[in-house]
Amino acid sequence: MDMKTKLRRFHQASWDEPIIFELSEPGQRGVLIPRVGSKVKDEVGDGISEIPSCVRRTDLPDLPEMGQFQVLRHFNHLAQENLGADYNVDIGQGTCTMKYSPKVNEAFVSNHKMADIHPCQEESTVQGALEIMYRLGECFREICGLDCFSLQPGGGSHGALAMASVVRAYFKGKGEDRDEVITTFFSHPADAAVPIVKGFKVVVLPPDEEGLPDLEAFKAALSERTAAIFFTNPEDTGIYNSRIREFTGLARSVGALCCYDQANANGLLGIARAKEADFDLSFFNLHKTFSSPHGCGGPATGLVAAREYLRDYLPAPLVIKTGNSYSLDWDLPKSCGKVKSFYGTLPAIVRAYAWIRTLGADGLKEASMVAVLNNNYVMKKLLAIKGCSMAYPHHRARVEQVRYSWERMKEETGFGTGDVQRRIADFGTHYWSSHEPWVIPEPFTIEPCESYSKADLDEYCAILERISYECYNEPEIVKSAPNSSTIHHVDHDVLDDPERWAITWRSYRKKYDGYFKKK
Amino acid sequence: MCCNDKIVYPYIPNSSPKTQREMLDFIGVESIEDLLVDIPQELRINGDMDLPDPCLSEAELYRHMIPILEKNTSVREAISFLGAGCYDHQVPAIVDEIISSGEFLTAYAGEPYEDHGRFQALFEYQSMMAELLDVDVCNVPTYDGAQAAGTALRMASRIVGRGSVILAGAINPDRKKVIETYLDSVLSIRTVGYDSETGLVDMEGLRQKLDKDVAAVYVENPSYLGSIETQGRFIADMSHEAGSLFVVFVDPSSLGVLQPPSRYGADITCGDIQPLGIHMHYGAGGGFIATSDDPAIVEEYPSRLFSLAPTSHGEWGFGDVLWERTSFANRDNAKEFVGTHAALWGIAAGVYLATMGPKGMEELGRGIMQRSLYAKRLLSSLPGVKVDRFKSISFKEFIVDINATGKTIKELNGYLLEKGIFGGKDISSEFPELGQAALYCVTEMVSPEDIETLVEAIRGFLA
Amino acid sequence: MIKIGLIVNPIAGMGGAVALKGTDGEYLDRARAMGAVPKCHERVASALSVLKDQDMRWITCSGPMGGDILRDLGFPHRALPGFGASTTGSDTVTAAEAMLKEDVDLLVFAGGDGTARDVASVVGQRLTVLGIPAGVKIHSAVFAKTPKLAGYAIREYVEGVRRETRPAEVMDIDEDLFRMGQVSARLFGYMNVPVSSRSMQAKKSGRHIDSSKVRLEEVAASVADLMERGTLYLLGSGSTVTAVSARLVMDGTLLGVDAVLDGCLVGKDLCERGLLDLIDRHDGDIKIVVSPIGGQGFIFGRGNQQFSPAVIRAVGKENIVVMATQDKMDDLFGRPLLVDTGDERLDEELCGYVSVFVGWNRKVMWFLSDS
Repeated sequence: MDMKTKLRRFHQASWDEPIIFELSEPGQRGVLIPRVGSKVKDEVGDGISEIPSCVRRTDLPDLPEMGQFQVLRHFNHLAQENLGADYNVDIGQGTCTMKYSPKVNEAFVSNHKMADIHPCQEESTVQGALEIMYRLGECFREICGLDCFSLQPGGGSHGALAMASVVRAYFKGKGEDRDEVITTFFSHPADAAVPIVKGFKVVVLPPDEEGLPDLEAFKAALSERTAAIFFTNPEDTGIYNSRIREFTGLARSVGALCCYDQANANGLLGIARAKEADFDLSFFNLHKTFSSPHGCGGPATGLVAAREYLRDYLPAPLVIKTGNSYSLDWDLPKSCGKVKSFYGTLPAIVRAYAWIRTLGADGLKEASMVAVLNNNYVMKKLLAIKGCSMAYPHHRARVEQVRYSWERMKEETGFGTGDVQRRIADFGTHYWSSHEPWVIPEPFTIEPCESYSKADLDEYCAILERISYECYNEPEIVKSAPNSSTIHHVDHDVLDDPERWAITWRSYRKKYDGYFKKK
Repeated sequence: MCCNDKIVYPYIPNSSPKTQREMLDFIGVESIEDLLVDIPQELRINGDMDLPDPCLSEAELYRHMIPILEKNTSVREAISFLGAGCYDHQVPAIVDEIISSGEFLTAYAGEPYEDHGRFQALFEYQSMMAELLDVDVCNVPTYDGAQAAGTALRMASRIVGRGSVILAGAINPDRKKVIETYLDSVLSIRTVGYDSETGLVDMEGLRQKLDKDVAAVYVENPSYLGSIETQGRFIADMSHEAGSLFVVFVDPSSLGVLQPPSRYGADITCGDIQPLGIHMHYGAGGGFIATSDDPAIVEEYPSRLFSLAPTSHGEWGFGDVLWERTSFANRDNAKEFVGTHAALWGIAAGVYLATMGPKGMEELGRGIMQRSLYAKRLLSSLPGVKVDRFKSISFKEFIVDINATGKTIKELNGYLLEKGIFGGKDISSEFPELGQAALYCVTEMVSPEDIETLVEAIRGFLA
Repeated sequence: MIKIGLIVNPIAGMGGAVALKGTDGEYLDRARAMGAVPKCHERVASALSVLKDQDMRWITCSGPMGGDILRDLGFPHRALPGFGASTTGSDTVTAAEAMLKEDVDLLVFAGGDGTARDVASVVGQRLTVLGIPAGVKIHSAVFAKTPKLAGYAIREYVEGVRRETRPAEVMDIDEDLFRMGQVSARLFGYMNVPVSSRSMQAKKSGRHIDSSKVRLEEVAASVADLMERGTLYLLGSGSTVTAVSARLVMDGTLLGVDAVLDGCLVGKDLCERGLLDLIDRHDGDIKIVVSPIGGQGFIFGRGNQQFSPAVIRAVGKENIVVMATQDKMDDLFGRPLLVDTGDERLDEELCGYVSVFVGWNRKVMWFLSDS
């Protein structure tokens, strides 16, 4: 057992913070609105009398009434009760690439030259925004080897939606009604979910004994109905599919498009690309690999990359450069349409661009190399922990993440991944139990990306080792966990029941009288 | 290059050669390359990526970035009358303060225990939106209002079990493109225009197109061209009679003075949250969907919904309602998918609404009405300039029609730009039937003096 | 407080040790004569040993059918009197009737397929049940994989983590044929077993929707949607395929094979002969719709012997539609689907990759193997 690494006696902040409506003190104000002055008032009156009575609101919305300091304090308490990546060794949310978002980039994003520009401004007044969007595409031309880029999608699943839309538009243009998309068991769930939203039928390939998509099953699945393949590589097992070009080649031979989910590309920068693996389309989460913070779940960007021959099908507009000036090119008559209003999530775009520029080609490759190093280091440490194993163990080297299993511990102690998840909160960090389905029993996925130092990694591994020890020897402490969190055990039964769930405060007050006492 | 020259990157602690050696020894391999055995050479990039030289230090990065930023002119440096789906409103400093805290900014998907604050902040956002909208259920933000609209229509189709929707009235064309993408291959779209007199929904056209195949009637209020829709109740009744749902896209900044759509019969309300304390960021977004607490409707939300839940110690706890709806738990069996959307902006909108309070929202609406009336009054004094193209009341946006001047909006906007004014959006190609017309927007950020400056500038242009 | 019933078939598993494959009828005495000793007691003890301090109340049968074990383990319990030392299937039936009357929250039983069948004949889908595997034949899907895992499942049930249920097959295998090396399985019925929600998410959130039901409806809808006019559909046995009939608003046979043409039921609970007659008479395409039955993944040869080699050959390999819920395929992960039609050549011909409908517009490729 690792006795050298100090485990924290952590306690999460616990402010016993009221719901904001309970803090309301009638009559108080948090902010004032610019006044119009008496001249305007004299000229046009109170303004609201003009509104036809059938649509005029005469009551005030029942919002809290608070002073500004009181609002700030309330939300600061809530912030302290939240564990951002800035506060912990956040390698337990595998597939999500919880990396450091450099603070210097926030200065660019919050600058009014970026924050306070309007999407309908004349292009001459937003050359800076367009330049960054264009230059980011130029960087991606090297990063993935494809040719054209749309920054419109607002997240990873949205990037997948844009790809599925491009596939639809492409075959519509060709007059073919292909309706099947092939994906794999360990690809991100969105790769199966999203094409169905666009009306495709999805065929999922099981893994073979190597843990990789079964090539024979793939051959059996391919047909003239196949519109596209949606593959992740490596999948969240962290095993790189070295035969990927056989898959893309076979797909191409039946006329299908090859789509690459690179939402997480953190182990491959400067090493392997969509181009060499023969993909036609790909998307990248700028909030994972490219350092834009997750923001509790967005705003974000799923940048879509395509080969030149698919340019016309991308969501319009695209940013182009003519001479020294940048503009929006709306002239894409075959475009799949738009997936988002306007042009994209500028803050994520600016941060990603600044991150790429500060690292350069060598730095990007170093980030991936170190992500791989960290992953294999952690893997060796975790596999030494009692009750912990990994899927497909004969693959000794993994790329940027690994799907592990507590199957043995579950069999020997009854404690599984959910119990570890509850207990780890007591050590001041996160842990996530992997995407569905749980065909690898009691799974967890660890992604120790390049932002974490060796000491960080040692600490995380020591925490898991400690929890395993507790599961085998001190079950009570695991059972009662979390013991040092903001709140105690949540009773989830109300969430099942339309009579008892309360999705808003007003709904709670309608349903209950006193603390969860049904009316 | 000697290894002493190797750059140790501040963001990559284990780029230090000493640490790397220790870790490689522990793993039992010679080099990191030995860990990449599964990636065959023929799939490797040939050589290095051809990227510009890095700005290794923060100073160099500033030197690179700031001149690019400087090429933008922000609305802080001009007088802006742009709207059309993205709005310049006052953003209280504490909104930026709270959403730039590392605790919220860099969090993602922790459990309700260690990430309690995120759950509570988003529950409060849902709750305050519900007060503004007078409904019992509101979701965690969608990508933007356009996605909220597309999703609301797909929800309606699943609830009613029908395959068509009607988009009625003057619809934001940019948003309409997104709705089309969301409905493509699944639902068919019928459109009903606006009444050329009033700018409101063409009721006769709606009557003709509304039949038993229609799952929902979708209306924007205020309409894209600015009119406050006063026929909401009639449209709701007509829709319901036909067995359809009524979906309204609303500007939340109007709801201090305008009735929320639920009160005139909307079954689903949707919209952008950007006007609620979120910087424009060149049109970055955030959207909401809100409904009653009917389980048949709640089941069809494809987004996360946080609920209050009791804890063993009598604290406020939280959890996801009906998790099984979502694609994460159910993969593609779910109706749509849930991913990373715009949660941070939900927190921002929550802080905004708490800061504004009921009086703030009312004063905001009132001040906007006064400003736009003032602007219309002054503009109508200009020869050849019409602001009463439609016989209806507008909120913060209205049409400025210069057909009678013989000039184009393009010329006008070019002239105004030189004077430091962003004129209203040129809609002459979006709505050719209006000829040379621009969509002007007046928020509380526009002062009476700004309006006077605009009017004088246009006077100069026309002279 | 959670009320748990326990029924132990004390002689279950005795035959296996002496290679008798079951202890039905006269074979029990032979087993005893050959020196078999009851293993069941140990297995139940192993399962229940993981329970401690949980808030629960036990009701069981007196003597070796449960009372003895709970006494040895020191579990407070109430024993229903009147159960003797020497037990038969009819004692299991009597005990199950008593448990039904007691309205226990969870009925735990230990034994094999025969015991499951006896319990099912009484409780059907009226109680939540869980089998501790202790018999020789374990083909039914109502058993946990190991006694220990049964114990954890009981613990999770008591702690409220695992309360959702799903119907699981009770298979009935003819012991005489089984002893001769032939498996002749029949689908006897269904009982509701608790399933662990595979995700932690389920714990921190609500499941107002019965998700297994929703998933079943979605896969049924997907298959029903593909049905074409003029094609004769032979719908196999089991709850998954029967959901297709339900989708078509038909009263399908849960345990038998039905035939559907143009949205109408044209044959119910058909035997091999009846199927061949229909096939003969039909002029047009014919498809068989089947679902894996039991925990082992058989799509032919277990519970649907009506699909004889002759029937399958007449319809043709390319006209077999396989459907299953995602849960079932997840349980099967890493193992192939199986066929055992009794015709080795046909079994070989059927081998290869098949696509299995598992949800709305969603299929998964799976290998089909001859056992």
